[in-house]
Amino acid sequence: MQMPSPKSRRWGDSLFRGLTFLAALGMIGLVMVIAVQLIRGSQLAFTHFGLGFVTGSRWDPVHGAFGSLPLVYGTIVSSLIALLIAVPLSLGIAIYLAELAPHWVRTPVSFLVELLAAIPSVVYGLWGVFVLVPLVRTALEPFLQRTLGWLPFFQGTYYGFGMLAAGIILAIMIIPTISAVSREVLLAVPNSQREAMLALGATRWETIKMAVLPYGRSGILGAVILGLGRAIGETMAVTMVIGNRPQISPSVFELAQTIASIIANEFSEAFDELHLSALVMAGLVLFVVTLLLNILARLLVWRVARAPEGVTRE
Amino acid sequence: MDTRLLVEDFSAWYGQTQAVKNVTLPVYASQVTAIIGPSGCGKSTFIRCLNRLHEVIPGTRTRGRVLLDGQNIYDDKVDPAEIRRRVGMVFQKPNPFPTMSIFDNVAAGLRVHGLPPGTTAEEVVEKSLKMVGLWDEVADRLQDSGVSLSGGQQQRLCIARALAVEPEVLLMDEPCSALDPVSTLKIEELIKGLKEKYTIVIVTHNMHQAARVADYTAFFLNGQLIEYGVTSDIFTNPRDQRTEDYITGRFG
Amino acid sequence: MIAGRDQRRKFSNKLMLVLAAAATVLALLPLGSILLYVATKGLLALNWDFFTQLPKPVGEPGGGLANAIVGTLILVGLASVMGIPLGIMTGIYLAEFGRGRLAWLVRFTCDVMTGIPSIIVGIVVYGTIVVAMKRFSAIAGGVALAIIMLPLVTRTTEEMLKLVPNSLREASLALGASQWRTTYSIVLRSAMGGIITGSLLAVARVAGETAPLLFTALSSRYWHTGLDQRIASLPVYIYTYATTPYEEMHRLAWGAALVLVAMVLVTSIAARLAGRRAGGGR
Ligand SMILES: Nc1ncnc2c1ncn2[C@@H]1O[C@H](COP(=O)(O)OP(=O)(O)O)[C@@H](O)[C@H]1O
Ligand SMILES: [Mg+2]
Repeated sequence: MQMPSPKSRRWGDSLFRGLTFLAALGMIGLVMVIAVQLIRGSQLAFTHFGLGFVTGSRWDPVHGAFGSLPLVYGTIVSSLIALLIAVPLSLGIAIYLAELAPHWVRTPVSFLVELLAAIPSVVYGLWGVFVLVPLVRTALEPFLQRTLGWLPFFQGTYYGFGMLAAGIILAIMIIPTISAVSREVLLAVPNSQREAMLALGATRWETIKMAVLPYGRSGILGAVILGLGRAIGETMAVTMVIGNRPQISPSVFELAQTIASIIANEFSEAFDELHLSALVMAGLVLFVVTLLLNILARLLVWRVARAPEGVTRE
Repeated sequence: MDTRLLVEDFSAWYGQTQAVKNVTLPVYASQVTAIIGPSGCGKSTFIRCLNRLHEVIPGTRTRGRVLLDGQNIYDDKVDPAEIRRRVGMVFQKPNPFPTMSIFDNVAAGLRVHGLPPGTTAEEVVEKSLKMVGLWDEVADRLQDSGVSLSGGQQQRLCIARALAVEPEVLLMDEPCSALDPVSTLKIEELIKGLKEKYTIVIVTHNMHQAARVADYTAFFLNGQLIEYGVTSDIFTNPRDQRTEDYITGRFG
Repeated sequence: MIAGRDQRRKFSNKLMLVLAAAATVLALLPLGSILLYVATKGLLALNWDFFTQLPKPVGEPGGGLANAIVGTLILVGLASVMGIPLGIMTGIYLAEFGRGRLAWLVRFTCDVMTGIPSIIVGIVVYGTIVVAMKRFSAIAGGVALAIIMLPLVTRTTEEMLKLVPNSLREASLALGASQWRTTYSIVLRSAMGGIITGSLLAVARVAGETAPLLFTALSSRYWHTGLDQRIASLPVYIYTYATTPYEEMHRLAWGAALVLVAMVLVTSIAARLAGRRAGGGR
């Protein structure tokens, strides 16, 4: 190998360094472009509606009404349903994998749970339309109405499509995120904490409940927020099962709409400037909310355990 | 003298490695028994077998019997959690629960076992903290976090936590090795005071400490019990050459 | 201390441990169901035509999604060509030179980007590239996917390079090699397995992305004719076909799902194997 002369070597070094530096700057530039583009794109809607955009409860492109409250409502409620289902299940998985499962079970089961995260959103949607939605319509909704029908949440027509189906499919999709991050958090709890509780004569569950979970609580909260961030931004599967009707109804049987799903639905057909701008503004709201949630989640998780790569990324 | 714990031909393994080899040893009631020996000789492993904590590490196993008041704690019918309540433990590094207050740390065991009849949690916590001499130092800040205390205070908090569930035996695995000399002295005093009520087994690699606090001393080497007897005999008149080598080597 | 209490404690211990295991089983049920449906319904749809024919107009039976398969490969290829080198460069910057406030900002940006919903990327690429070109195009779709890949590749590269022991770097520098040659030949080479793993995982991740393609690459019923033209893709076809009322299209959607899932899983598994073979990765 021929040694380059010192001069050309220095030159090569700074070129190399400069290139990687540019790439890094590009990353920051990219996020700035995203932010600027969203702000610019929503200017028209903002001057038109101001804060009324957020408080307005009617989204009706045909009549030029763009109040995003139904979308915000749909986003929040579908995500809450998802959390309600996914958090206990994910904690169960994390506890099982970190505290209980025999060693030979851990790796394959963790792999299967990760597989859940690898399946594309649109495939979840397809499965949702043809398997989950009929199941919800013919079994779950009638059952809920029979048992809990006196509550306003479980009344109305059985569509199958709607808020409930969206919440369930979101739950399935965020379980890998919440459970994997929580598992890492639990694994980072020092053994001395478990032994302290065990040595007092606590059972395994009491040890988990009183020593392990409290120790990891901020990390687990971070995992939940990370899952929430995913649920809020999730688009395809929700679009395919939520029914796509921007309305506010207490019943989870009703059709609904989220910010992400309305963008997927209407963006390519929005020929009216104002409509397009309103959709971009909805996107801006989504961007800001998921941004804040992600920052918060990362701060919380890092306090306890650095989540492994590939887990928080999904 | 009453034998509180009787260890009979006991062995313990981590996977393939045997860390405790056929140990037989009686632990007398209301006495302090010290376990000494070079690091890695199986002291911690041995003491963790006395409250069945060894088995919580995956891949471990044991053989032999440990009789607590005549009952084999390794019997199939025995609930290890109940044994661990009766045989308390204090660890090498203070391990208070960081999310709990000082009060809740002491009360942690009570929350799972319930209160002794006719007492309140406040009473038990106060009594336990007084026993370890921590009451005066923390009485006005019981709601502060357990980890806001100094290292020595944390270790005494952990002792109070163990005492609150009224164990019969207290196991201590090098309880002073992470502490400064003043805190160490306090804990040694505490141990002497506690032996009226409790049977204490303490692991230490500090032979001065063993000589100061223990009535009986056991010398371990490579997982084997080499010599066991009254502390003064072990230190002044060891029967085994290896014990003598170890003691003189350390005492210089 | 009271007998009843101990019974209760033992019971709730058992109960909770069983519930934790049950939660794990319950969470894996949908996975089983999805894989089962995709496999069985998908296999029924797959035949020679599926891989060789263009989609038929509504109402006509038969046809295939050959153009969508090719389209997905082109889109992912485009995204990789843009996203992987940039991601690796940024990762090198972070691992080798990245100290101080700028590096912190880059790292932070990177983490934030992984949380941005992919539909947002679609909006932004539409607002820039599609509007500028005045048409939907494969390029726009590729850029959107590349943006999603970028932070994934960057962070794996950084992590992998950091695993390379400093002694290797120093040994090379001591021999008089320049910094870039050191990074290039020594450090990158020993981290290569991990970087390939990370890149393949990023590929697997974007191959199934749909939302960012909806208003960038759009879709097409024809063969791909140029990078500046709209292009078909499997995910978008699954979406559109699943939401039509036609049996025949549902059938093709399942077939497309099987092909897509197979592509994603094969890539993911290859990623892990590559990582294991090279000794890096996880
Ligand atoms: N968790 C463990 N896994 C495997 N081997 C262990 C473990 N803990 C201790 N050992 C081994 O068991 C032997 C005894 O260790 P230990 O009881 O901790 O000794 P001591 O407390 O006297 O220093 C040592 O050889 C040690 O390496
Ligand atoms: Mg030890």
